[in-house]
Amino acid sequence: MPNPTNHIELVTRDFSFYYGDFRALTSISMDVERNRVTAFIGPSGCGKSTFLRSLNRMNDIIPGTRVEGKVLLGGVDIYGKDVDVVDLRRKVGMVFQKSNPFPKSIFDNVAYGLRIHGERNPSAVAQRVEESLRAAALWNEVKDRLDKSALDLSGGQQQRLCIARALAVKPEIVLMDEPASALDPLATQKIEELIFELKKEYTIIIVTHNMQQAARVSDATAFFYLGELVEFDETKKIFTNPKEKKTEDYITGRFG
Amino acid sequence: MSARTRKWQEKLGFGILIAATAFVILVLIVILHDIFSKGAGVLSWEFITSKPRKGMTEGGIWPAIVGTFWVSLVTVVFTVPAGLFAAIYLNEYAAQNRLVRVIRLAIRNLSGVPSIVYGLFGFTLFIMILRINLSVLAGGLTLGLLTLPWTITASEEALKTVPMSYREGALALGATKWQTIRTNVLPYAVPGMLTGTILGLARAAGETAPILFTGAAFFWPLLPSFPKVLTSQFMALPYHLFIMATQHHAIVKVRPIAYGTAAVLIGLILIMNAAAVYIRYRFRKKYKRL
Repeated sequence: MPNPTNHIELVTRDFSFYYGDFRALTSISMDVERNRVTAFIGPSGCGKSTFLRSLNRMNDIIPGTRVEGKVLLGGVDIYGKDVDVVDLRRKVGMVFQKSNPFPKSIFDNVAYGLRIHGERNPSAVAQRVEESLRAAALWNEVKDRLDKSALDLSGGQQQRLCIARALAVKPEIVLMDEPASALDPLATQKIEELIFELKKEYTIIIVTHNMQQAARVSDATAFFYLGELVEFDETKKIFTNPKEKKTEDYITGRFG
Repeated sequence: MSARTRKWQEKLGFGILIAATAFVILVLIVILHDIFSKGAGVLSWEFITSKPRKGMTEGGIWPAIVGTFWVSLVTVVFTVPAGLFAAIYLNEYAAQNRLVRVIRLAIRNLSGVPSIVYGLFGFTLFIMILRINLSVLAGGLTLGLLTLPWTITASEEALKTVPMSYREGALALGATKWQTIRTNVLPYAVPGMLTGTILGLARAAGETAPILFTGAAFFWPLLPSFPKVLTSQFMALPYHLFIMATQHHAIVKVRPIAYGTAAVLIGLILIMNAAAVYIRYRFRKKYKRL
């Protein structure tokens, strides 16, 4: 067992992941630090998204998958028998690549998580909705039209709404799967600024295809290749002085 | 191939498609025209709202309309929950393995079983084995069995149109599977399910064979009120039409009544189908931005 010092949020040990017979991840071990942004980079199909989705067990809904090894959150293996997946996903929130607001009002989108977790007090819900929208830097743009459909928002606003929705249930970790890949540069910049703000309160793990983005927003970077964790270090080090030849080839654009 | 040949082929292909469509529409127009023109003489408010008189050679078809209403109601009450829950299980819960694929195929096949087979099955099950009287209940349940495959299939298709991202989004917030389905899948699938159910019901309402052995009566002008109506025999539009067209002792004399009955039955089914189309239209309009 690793010694969970208080700045480590999440630990994986020899974590492997299988789609049927195909091994998508091989023996991943890493320590993710609290209140930092950790970026996962690597070419398409390298397993970075699979690994991200393993951290809140979203892969459970894909039939025929299985895992080996451990993912420890607060010292508890999230794949353990007694773990309540519902509770895990409240603690480990997720923002998807394609923003997926529900076809409800802006307010109801953010309130959704609170309500399914049994919050019935309308003023408590309203207060938390406002806090979450403020935290996602969206409040000023939507405060006058909370009852309007979330689908009328722009792409960037929709993605920030999804972030607000994830924040509303007070997660400890927020997983982001290429959250800006479908957005224009301006909307992307807003999301990146937001991530920078969010790490004060949350631990952020972000998958990105965009290496400049990883360099801009993250504190630590993990490079995945063919299902293996090739290198994991401080972002500065990865981008200026990587240990592995493969990492250097990738970040200098020689493949991928 | 020269440009001219291709252009010619294009025109020919188009022509065949248009001709086929025109043929279908023509057949429909001929049938409707035949029925409504020959039934026009008897069609009136009185025809719809009065009982048959003088050995069914005069009067209206009100009891048959009411009978069709009650038997359809039993069909809905049975088929909607059963079909809905089966579809939710098949689409949301069941592992997508060979067994489930076989079950799904069996359900699709059931929708192709001739209605007379349902009629005889309903007779055996409800009348002979379960000892229910010939009644609205037995007839409605038999029609329910007939529509069940349609309801399940339509409901499953409706569930499939709800984007996976709604399910993932809710699950990722810590919703349980049932919470996800109830709050973030079903509300968006209900209109599609409703459309399919209405279409299935419209088909059932026009069926004769399933009610032939399970409760439809030649002449039963007085239906009791609810709940006694459930255990009573009944008249129904399609069966009434069958009698008037082929079994009546004064068959030539009652021919206009048969046409009038057919017109009312078609009118009812038209209204039901229009309702289904309207619901689908409203739904598309509401979610077209997705």
